[in-house]
Amino acid sequence: MSTSAILILLGAFLASAVEFVEALTIVLGVGIVRGWRSTLIGVAAATIVLAVLIAALGPALSVIPIGTLRLIVGALLLAFGLQWLRKAILRSSGYKPLHDEDAAFRRQREEAAQAGEEQRAGLDWYSFTVSFKGVLLEGLEVVFIVISFGSAQGRLGLAAAGAAAALVLVVVAGVLARGPLERVPENTIKFAVGLLLTSFGCFWGAEGAGVHWPGDELSLLAVVAFIGATSFVLVRLFRRQRLGLVPAEVKA
Amino acid sequence: MKYLRSFGLFWWNFIVGDDWRVAAGLAVALGLTSLLTHEGVNAWWLLPIAIVLLLTGSLWRETRQSS
Repeated sequence: MSTSAILILLGAFLASAVEFVEALTIVLGVGIVRGWRSTLIGVAAATIVLAVLIAALGPALSVIPIGTLRLIVGALLLAFGLQWLRKAILRSSGYKPLHDEDAAFRRQREEAAQAGEEQRAGLDWYSFTVSFKGVLLEGLEVVFIVISFGSAQGRLGLAAAGAAAALVLVVVAGVLARGPLERVPENTIKFAVGLLLTSFGCFWGAEGAGVHWPGDELSLLAVVAFIGATSFVLVRLFRRQRLGLVPAEVKA
Repeated sequence: MKYLRSFGLFWWNFIVGDDWRVAAGLAVALGLTSLLTHEGVNAWWLLPIAIVLLLTGSLWRETRQSS
């Protein structure tokens, strides 16, 4: 398996796992409090919408010339990946609170308990809409990452396999834990995903713009190392800056 | 109209996110890379440098606002 194939599989797996963990928290929070029927119908409806989207987008992308596709996908992955990386650096340096899946689960349960009763089409409308929106929005990110990762390198099956493995793992872990997966090192995974999305975006975006990378595919590893090292330095710098701003008595 | 606005806002947040300057900078960097490449310069180095500068600038603005 080539370097890029391993990184595509790893990137799709990690990115999907993070999104599935967040979707699972929403679904569990609503389902446990308000019942499973409408919640699971919401999950199924969102899954159908996502499947339609994949069925429409997959073949449509295959007619775009590979150079143009890599430029578009690279630009989108860069914009998207830098958002992840930026947030991960802000979290690691203490400027943003760490994402707490357990707190998100508790908040979801409280909101579900306080929401009113509204029946539409024989469904508990709150459970249906919240699980539908949650799965659709988190799933949309998975679809975006899988399609962009897979299409730019012509390895859609590999990226989809990574996402499918993540789905199975998260669902099985969720069923076994019967609760949110708060022990998943989500912030570390998000850092790694941000790094991979940005690196792939840089590699494909530049290739799409006509660049020939020295060392071809091997330079992808150099890009990952360069952006990773830069991110590490930025975390150290901004952490030091934040600690310099904290009053002495708080530090003690 | 309201749905159209929400739809546009969703995609804006999805792709551009919190700092539009990063997205704009990336567009400029990709455009420059394309231009240089078509002029015969293999500008593989431009995008990694642009990423570092844009990321650092965005974080600097965010942390200044926070403090």
